[in-house]
Amino acid sequence: MSNAVSALQGASFDGYCKVEEAGLTGMITLRGDLASKGVAKAVKAVTGAAMPGQGEVTEGDKGRVGWMSPDELLLIVDHAEAPAIVDAATASLGDEHSLVVNVSDARAVYRVKGAACREIIAKLAPADTSVMQPGMLRRTRIAQVPAAFYLEDDETAVVVCFRSVAQYAFDLLKDAAQPGGEVGVL
Amino acid sequence: MSTRLANGGRLIDRSKPKNFTFNGKRMKGYEGDTLAAALLGEDQMLMGRSFKYHRPRGVVASGAEEPNALVNLGQGERFEPNQRVTTTELFDGLTCTSQNHWPSLEFDVGVVNNYASRFLPAGFYYKTFMAPAAAWKHVFEPIIRKSAGLGQVPTEADADRYEHYYHHTDVVIIGGGVAGLASALAAGRSGAKVLVMEQTHHWGGRAAVDGGEIDGQSVDAWIDATLAELEGMENVTLRTRMMASGVYDHGYVLGYERVADHTPGDGRPRHRLWRIRTKQIVTATGAIERPLSFAGNDIPGVMLASAVRDYVVNWGVSIGDRTVVVTNNDDGYRTALTLKEAGLEVPVVLDARAEATGPLAEAARAAGIRVEAGKAIAKVHGGKRVTGVSVCLQAGEGSALEEIKCDAVAMSGGWSPVVHMWSHCGGKLIWDEAQAHFRPDPNRAPTSHDGEAFVVTAGTASGAMSLADTLEDAYAAGKAAGKAAGGKAIRKAGPKADAESEQPMAPVWIMPQGAGPKKRMKMWLDYQNDVKVSDVQLAAREGYESVEHTKRYTTLGMATDQGKLSNINGLAVLSDALDQEIPTTGTTTFRPPYTPISFGAIAGEARHEIFQPIRRTPMHQWHEDAGAYMEPVGHWRRPYCYAKPGETNEQAVHREVLNTRENLGLLDASTLGKLIVKGPDAGKFMDMMYTNMMSNLAVGKCRYGLMCSENGFLSDDGVVARIDEETWLCHTTSGGADRIHAWMEEWLQTEWWDWKVYVANVTEQLAQVAVVGPNARKVLEKLNAQAGGGMDLSAEALPFMQWADGKIGDFDARAYRISFSGELSYEIAVPASQGRAFWDALLEAGEEFGVMPYGTECLHIMRAEKGFIMIGDETDGTVIPQDLGLNWAISKKKEDFLGKRAQERSHMTDPERWKLVGLETLDGSVLPDGAYAVGEGNNVHGQRNMIGRVTSTYYSPTLKKGIAMGLVKHGPDRMGEVIDFPTVDGSNTVIKARICDPVFYDKEGAKQNV
Amino acid sequence: MLILECPYCGVMADETDLHGGGEAHLKRFGPGSSDDEFETYLFHRKNPKGVHFERWRHVSGCGKWFHAARNTMTLEVYGTYPAQTYEPPKELVAKIKKKHPEWGGYE
Repeated sequence: MSNAVSALQGASFDGYCKVEEAGLTGMITLRGDLASKGVAKAVKAVTGAAMPGQGEVTEGDKGRVGWMSPDELLLIVDHAEAPAIVDAATASLGDEHSLVVNVSDARAVYRVKGAACREIIAKLAPADTSVMQPGMLRRTRIAQVPAAFYLEDDETAVVVCFRSVAQYAFDLLKDAAQPGGEVGVL
Repeated sequence: MSTRLANGGRLIDRSKPKNFTFNGKRMKGYEGDTLAAALLGEDQMLMGRSFKYHRPRGVVASGAEEPNALVNLGQGERFEPNQRVTTTELFDGLTCTSQNHWPSLEFDVGVVNNYASRFLPAGFYYKTFMAPAAAWKHVFEPIIRKSAGLGQVPTEADADRYEHYYHHTDVVIIGGGVAGLASALAAGRSGAKVLVMEQTHHWGGRAAVDGGEIDGQSVDAWIDATLAELEGMENVTLRTRMMASGVYDHGYVLGYERVADHTPGDGRPRHRLWRIRTKQIVTATGAIERPLSFAGNDIPGVMLASAVRDYVVNWGVSIGDRTVVVTNNDDGYRTALTLKEAGLEVPVVLDARAEATGPLAEAARAAGIRVEAGKAIAKVHGGKRVTGVSVCLQAGEGSALEEIKCDAVAMSGGWSPVVHMWSHCGGKLIWDEAQAHFRPDPNRAPTSHDGEAFVVTAGTASGAMSLADTLEDAYAAGKAAGKAAGGKAIRKAGPKADAESEQPMAPVWIMPQGAGPKKRMKMWLDYQNDVKVSDVQLAAREGYESVEHTKRYTTLGMATDQGKLSNINGLAVLSDALDQEIPTTGTTTFRPPYTPISFGAIAGEARHEIFQPIRRTPMHQWHEDAGAYMEPVGHWRRPYCYAKPGETNEQAVHREVLNTRENLGLLDASTLGKLIVKGPDAGKFMDMMYTNMMSNLAVGKCRYGLMCSENGFLSDDGVVARIDEETWLCHTTSGGADRIHAWMEEWLQTEWWDWKVYVANVTEQLAQVAVVGPNARKVLEKLNAQAGGGMDLSAEALPFMQWADGKIGDFDARAYRISFSGELSYEIAVPASQGRAFWDALLEAGEEFGVMPYGTECLHIMRAEKGFIMIGDETDGTVIPQDLGLNWAISKKKEDFLGKRAQERSHMTDPERWKLVGLETLDGSVLPDGAYAVGEGNNVHGQRNMIGRVTSTYYSPTLKKGIAMGLVKHGPDRMGEVIDFPTVDGSNTVIKARICDPVFYDKEGAKQNV
Repeated sequence: MLILECPYCGVMADETDLHGGGEAHLKRFGPGSSDDEFETYLFHRKNPKGVHFERWRHVSGCGKWFHAARNTMTLEVYGTYPAQTYEPPKELVAKIKKKHPEWGGYE
């Protein structure tokens, strides 16, 4: 869809870490019985990823899958593909009690890049960022809004929040990454 | 005079001078100085005036406990009042001014309070200003506000930035003196993750000033070696300029890091508030020396003995040439010896104890210092500076035996452990008779979430007063904390010092012990708040037996220093006056912060644009660019109206109403809540959530629904659409999406967890536009014609109260034929990423149809013209749907729904409840919002009886008159009656309004259904 | 500031991540109940000094409601458990009883 834009259209800031809005990202909420084979099959089919355990995010050839709660997953996929993936997952789940819904546009996504990416988040979130490793996902808050984050690699944190507060979240991350604010203990 | 000595000063670097000004006077200090040391080095002993009596005051301490020496620091956007000079690091270009005087520090008119001090005793305010009330407001308060007080209020916004930092660790060690470092060694060796914080910028605390040896090396050498070892441990983090502000439940600690106070404007955050979660806390917070209460103990030049010693050893500053030392313990002799060693005179050591036989007293004698046992200070001479003391017997009433000239007095009343961090979270204290102080009771430590102790004290903070005991206690504390936090047990021995023998101290609470009233009126307990021994004794005589009451009555310990010097002395005086033991009196409560912390640090990043989250719709920028007047709706900002140049907001609103009714209006309705409810049991669940029947809503159709709390009160409303057999979409109010989502989840998780229903909040996934007015269909069909959208928007294909999915133009859309305005209306949802483009396309295509965007006020007027209720206007948490004539939306067939049982309660079915009606004024004017209608007679309070109130009121541009809705007693039965609304604007007039049908416009609903 | 372990996420959640929901294990009374029953359900709450069972929601985490057994005086948390139950787990009650023999038990 040529008319589609992300909340901040790729805004970025170079501080002692780089903060950039990731642009349009496909995101799907899948609610269901995470222990069921049907859910695992659907997830595998649409993302190629294995089922994540508690607090994990897994990666497949078509996307990532994050554990959000005991009955909820977040599928991170291509934005344009998301509607089709919703349909495919719904079809795959068939009669199994579940809910698959496109939330791509309800979210804003940021990458915080740099050796101190954990430190930037530690200024805003009460979560223990020092224990976070790639493959783990944490739902928490940044300052006054809910957020989730995970690490793509040791120096790239991905922060997800609601679209309506995209500017607020970007400004928070920017503020935390201002040169001179280095804490240096993580 | 105080001066900089030619030599010495272990903390300063004389090769790096720093220039600063005090009251405009240029002065010089050195790197490593505190502002206090630098001022004293320049003979600036007089630093401020006291709060109440405006007495001249100088510095009395050398650290965070300082009560007197507060200054206005900085200028303009970096101005801050009440900064303690003892904890302010000197930097080049520092400017400061003294506080609380007029016209000048040297000559202060407010000092008349001093001469009138016997008319300003404890409880003065309460006694004097009881009546008449006006006298307080117009006479006393203005005078007191002018004469009392501390620094000035800043006039400019703070230029600095601040931040928070969340830190998770195993052990936090509070204090970086030798005790803290010894604890850190042990905790670090256990392998636990350790954070050590020190409030000053140097490690080692006061031990090096006191002298002695640790593990055979000087204290300074040991500190350096220990720091080197700690720095080599990956699991240990060392942080200076960071004070523990408070200890809170479950191992939560606030650390106040003064990152850039000493380097203002260097781009770093000024303060960083560390929000620390730890398993164990070691408080190595040291001890604070107590003043002695003798007449004139507040005259500049009277200082704590330890502080006098600190200034000489740490900063090479002498307080005076001739210093009289007065003490009740051995430690005071260390000051005498230090001064002597620095080549200064100590005319006498007055030891209040009957004998002075300890090794330190002997050493003083050996150094040629005159030692007088059993002696006390009868009186200090001098005004703005000490000139001498009169000596008397401690056991007597104060007859002067001798007068000794001196320019400084060093006093030592014994030491009190800093127990704040121990006590903040409930750690209990015991009274130590031998040391005459309260110290932590290790058997009654604060406990954490697991029920286990999580705070342990170390060193002098435990009450261990010698270097040897301190090191042993601290190492053991670090070891215990490390182990309790999951570290390994360690066997390596800790640092050691040789034991010293000391003569026991003797408690001295008043000097001399038989001092009469005149002397007691000159004995200061609380310097900052000007509370004297006589004030506490007066409070006791007047019946203030509880220490907490005495504190508030006299203001003892309520100043910015929170009584760090005064509390124990005050307790002792109170106990004596009440004729009871000190432990019986007890202490006041220790509360965070330890010393005042900046508002900036507390606020952290939450300033300016990020003070609070602002929620923006995908079209937000367009609204701002169009100059919309925005109003807050929860955290959302919504356009109230779009005023054109030369138009008032009111004119704009009226234009928007008329244009929407006549042509075409667009509303950004993206903020409306949208919740998907899906599952085999979703219908059953919907029937519980809503008062209406929702399970029988046909797929493809819409229905307006109400939600109530279990109390029966109306909580939210909105249109529900049936998406498929198992799926419903619920619209909520703009402010209600998160609340209603949580409400649904709560019932599903905690009551009906066996029901198969999932809920998802898709509010922000969708941008929603209300396309409203007679031309609504035309503009959408034009979009379809332009871009080949396939959705059939005709009245036949998509009738009123139905919805459809498809393409409108080239947008992925869902269209709802619903109307909150009474006009032909489509509410169209598109993915949020397409929202702005859709809005732009509608505006462009709508131009030929007279399109105008409209705001929330236009929406409100149009709904009021139609008699539609608004949550928050017609409801206030006490209104049930039946009050609003919404019985048609309450199912009588359903056995149960949330609120149903409550609505059966007698009060809810009471025919006397006020009910919704329309109101039209007889003269066409607009009723004031919230106006009350009065009936016959008075209530029990003698007020007119109320019979109703206005809930919504507007000027209707459509009808060209005021319209209103209100809740009126027996309202629906009183159609056509006129009731009275007295005004409250002082005009004493009554507005008469006729009760009418709340639907003012298009009662048949013909316009929306086309 | 409290920390409670969310039994769903397994994280020790800060109080600021949580939302307190008052007394746990309330029995809902709907239509057909007596005025007294309904009043009790709606308004009467235990307020013990000591052991208390309460509801919490991991609001900025997984969004799930759970229960906590907590001492209102010492703030000790004896355990947390999922909300989908009518009464506290027996092992938890036994654990509290062992620690506080004087405690009357869950009623």
